[in-house]
Amino acid sequence: MSENVEKYLKKKVYKSMSSKIAQKFVDAGLEKLRACINCGTCTGSCPSGRRTAYRTRSVLRRALTGDESVLQDIDIWFCSTCYTCYERCPRDIPVTDMIIKLRNIAVEEGFILDAHFGLANKIFYETGHGVPANGEGNKKWRDLRESYGLPPLPPTVHMHPEAVKECQELMKSVGFRDLLDRIEKQKEAEKSKKEDE
Amino acid sequence: MRRMSEQNKWKYGFFLGCVTPNRYPMIEASIRAVFDHLGAEILELEGASCCPAPGVFRAFHIPTWLVIAARNITIAEELGVDIITGCNGCYGTLRDAWIELEHDYELKKMINEHLAKVGREFKGSIEPKHVVQVLYQDMGLDYLRGFVKHKFKDLKVAVHYGCHIVKPSDKRPWAGESEDPRFLDEIVEITGAKSIDYKDKFQCCGAGGAVRTAVKEISADFSREKLENMRDAGADIIINCCPFCHLQLDLGQMEANNLFKDMIGEPYKIPVIYLTQLLGLSFGINPNLLGLIKNHDLKGVSPFIPIESFLKKVKTQLT
Repeated sequence: MSENVEKYLKKKVYKSMSSKIAQKFVDAGLEKLRACINCGTCTGSCPSGRRTAYRTRSVLRRALTGDESVLQDIDIWFCSTCYTCYERCPRDIPVTDMIIKLRNIAVEEGFILDAHFGLANKIFYETGHGVPANGEGNKKWRDLRESYGLPPLPPTVHMHPEAVKECQELMKSVGFRDLLDRIEKQKEAEKSKKEDE
Repeated sequence: MRRMSEQNKWKYGFFLGCVTPNRYPMIEASIRAVFDHLGAEILELEGASCCPAPGVFRAFHIPTWLVIAARNITIAEELGVDIITGCNGCYGTLRDAWIELEHDYELKKMINEHLAKVGREFKGSIEPKHVVQVLYQDMGLDYLRGFVKHKFKDLKVAVHYGCHIVKPSDKRPWAGESEDPRFLDEIVEITGAKSIDYKDKFQCCGAGGAVRTAVKEISADFSREKLENMRDAGADIIINCCPFCHLQLDLGQMEANNLFKDMIGEPYKIPVIYLTQLLGLSFGINPNLLGLIKNHDLKGVSPFIPIESFLKKVKTQLT
């Protein structure tokens, strides 16, 4: 495609999107969705769509047309990232990767479920594990390890406090700590607003 | 039987992840025992962290996912060995991050600028592999067959691949096959067990993509559907190759029995066995080393569905 046509398409499609979020969609590579012919193979293949109102095609369409409300829609968290849509898309759109990018933008805007935020902020950031075995509440898991002849803690970050610090330093460096702090403040503000009402 | 030259070649860094060591340590024990038995050396990746989980932390912040994955890979690079992982999620993260960094010079440069702050550099000099990939491709079925001591008779197995071991297929080593792979069934069947067909065999277990964390009921409905199809087909046991699928299908039976009790009739009670536990038994490895024998009186720990019916069934065939 020539550069001019590319520019025109960008202008044409995104003209109606005034927000900065539209630009974020483009920056994240979501413009790949322009290849979509709306065939619905993604929706038809989706194991989550079988039991929820999550419709992959619709979510992607809303993203493409700059409908910001898609970021607040809990449906985007119903994708189990099984990659069936990615494999079957006749236009070779990396559908699952698009959903993940959409989630990144949602989180940046502060749309993250409390359970997910807690997992990132308290568990992953603090311990370096997504599912830890340290701490008082997890004694039974350490005992279980020992019952199978393994040391109570694995030789991961659990045995290396300096490695936890190293991970935290990297997360600060890529801006994850700032993002988590910003969301935490946002969540606290929302909470006190609710309490005031 | 063991070929010395290849024995020296097989040296791997064992990436444990989270669920394997911290919730299903029997899986860790069985992978260690089987690899040792097959003449492969396992090195520890000291200080490795969460991979980080592809559907969770990648969905929150891609740069965090990439930089932590790259850090984990550098630990194996320092040892000069390929990574093995027994977890589809860790495999997805490590392999996808590895490929993305290898195919995008700017991205690699950016990630290395962050890693430099902690004295690390991602080189891309080693390959992240799944335990199943090592068994099937590095060692091969013929080599594995040479170790089979006991053949199981009349054992019907529902094989569950999980998603990220085969997909996205352009980043996996299975020649693009994603709709109907056979490699896991072939490994299972060298033990004499029969891999049965069941409806929607390649359907996701429902644990991934942060769905389990977000909405337990939806996630549990995925596994209910799988379990129903497995039971319909007459499965004696479930064999899988991912600790998170393992958790979802094991603990998930308890959850389904509770959440959907009006819908499912009889409660589910299908033993869930990890691939290397089955292989190890067939190789004649002591079941204690494979995490198959309970030596504790702890409450509320894995496995949640008792595996005694399986052990009883194969016991007479192990002599």
